Amino acid sequence: MDWLNAIIQGILLGGLYSLFAVGLSLVFGTMRLTNLAHGDLTVLPAYIALIIVGSTPRFNPLYAIPMVMVIMFVFGYLLQRGVLNFVVNSGDIAGVIVTFGMSIVIMNGLQEAFTANSQGLDAGQIENMSITLSDQLAIGWLPLIIFILAVVVIAALQLYMSRTKMGRAFRAVSDDQEAARLMGINTKHIWAVAMGVALLIVTIGGVMMGIRTTFNPLLGADRLIFAFEAVIIGGMGSSWGTLLGGVVLGVAQLLGALVFGPAWQILAGHVVFVIILALRPRGFLAKTVTA
Amino acid sequence: MSLLQIENASVFYEDFQALYDINITVEEGEIFACIGANGAGKSTMLKTVAGVLVPKVGRILFDGRPIDHMPPYKRVELGISSVPEGRRVFPSLTVHENLLIGAYRNRKGPWTTDAVYDLFPLLRPLKKRQASGLSGGEQQALAIGRALMANPRLILMDEVSLGLAPVVIKRIYEAFPTLLENGCTILVVEQDVQHVLTVATHVACFLEGRIALQGVPSELTNEQITAAYFGV
Repeated sequence: MDWLNAIIQGILLGGLYSLFAVGLSLVFGTMRLTNLAHGDLTVLPAYIALIIVGSTPRFNPLYAIPMVMVIMFVFGYLLQRGVLNFVVNSGDIAGVIVTFGMSIVIMNGLQEAFTANSQGLDAGQIENMSITLSDQLAIGWLPLIIFILAVVVIAALQLYMSRTKMGRAFRAVSDDQEAARLMGINTKHIWAVAMGVALLIVTIGGVMMGIRTTFNPLLGADRLIFAFEAVIIGGMGSSWGTLLGGVVLGVAQLLGALVFGPAWQILAGHVVFVIILALRPRGFLAKTVTA
Repeated sequence: MSLLQIENASVFYEDFQALYDINITVEEGEIFACIGANGAGKSTMLKTVAGVLVPKVGRILFDGRPIDHMPPYKRVELGISSVPEGRRVFPSLTVHENLLIGAYRNRKGPWTTDAVYDLFPLLRPLKKRQASGLSGGEQQALAIGRALMANPRLILMDEVSLGLAPVVIKRIYEAFPTLLENGCTILVVEQDVQHVLTVATHVACFLEGRIALQGVPSELTNEQITAAYFGV
């Protein structure tokens, strides 16, 4: 029963990881930018929610999520147009250096403003409610909701990419940015929307994580690595693959914790990642097309 | 008023000067051919018109309006669309999606997906296929169709015959009159002189970044063209 429990909780945790990872892969896919600040950008929305909740008495952070999503979309759009668009075509290194710097700025900025102490978002009763399956097995509503949100978000993103004009433009820019420009697509705008959408998705994961556990300004680096691992396990360019990657990582972590003890949780995830990278370097559901 | 005027344009790739003091005037309804050897500057000239490159000196006027500092997407809005060198179809998109991307700016005009399928019937059964799986000729037809979807007043074609079988090249050139009938002026760049000179109404021969010879093809002799092409 412990095993079953670890697997179920691992799957649910994986949904959360995939919410972090989808944004990373969207940004990499459309503009080949490796965003090292991505982890810190998952922490930021939890603090924005904290400000909103703190300024209004008895305001449930769950209701703050749509507001934070809008704020993060605008922030992402402006960040891309004001800063990151200038490094997209300057080679891999420029992007890595700039986003690494941004990561440090965000992390230290949050520490300066909110201290390094752990904070939490209180969503009330829902945090403790669960579905009891048997004496030893219960599924928390909150982790379940997060997982369902992840599935919904990924399905919506897929539809957006395959059915809408904007989604088509995303894919065209990803295939060949110069040709896309010649077809009348303003790539600077497309990249900025991509970053906005990425941060909008990340907000859901970031705030939900803030409700589920506590958070502090230093969590960004871990989340960045989990997001990378989920993307690579799942295969570049495939959103469902990213969900699968998140699930594999989550299950690996919780099974590792069960078998070797809680201290092994994170390492177990990394080890499984390295094994998969060695055996299937393209990931499970890679979808890359070359001319 | 001329549709396109390039006035005294000099274009550089960083420190390397690719075009020297180019003057070209394209009238509405023309098939204007730019010929010349590899590296003569023909493609550079097209990229300058499309907006990928910006002239350091000189001006580009479209319909009398200076456009040399407009980004490419605004030029598409005005009615300049491109068939880029090497076709550059979007490999992961289907044939139909490629065409829809061509219409991204929503310019009104005669060209729709159906009109393109009528022009190149070979594309119709391939509608749902990924463009990466098409043959060279199919990709070229798709690239032209995609450019037409922008309902251009001026279409820029870069080396449309490169690497294609003669029968395919013939079929592509056969489409030119239909383009003209629909109000589209053609500016075509070619290394392969034979085909293009049979349809062109005006020819400019590029040599080492300069125009060595310009005129109406029927008034030029083969010797003149050969001399301008090779610079002998």
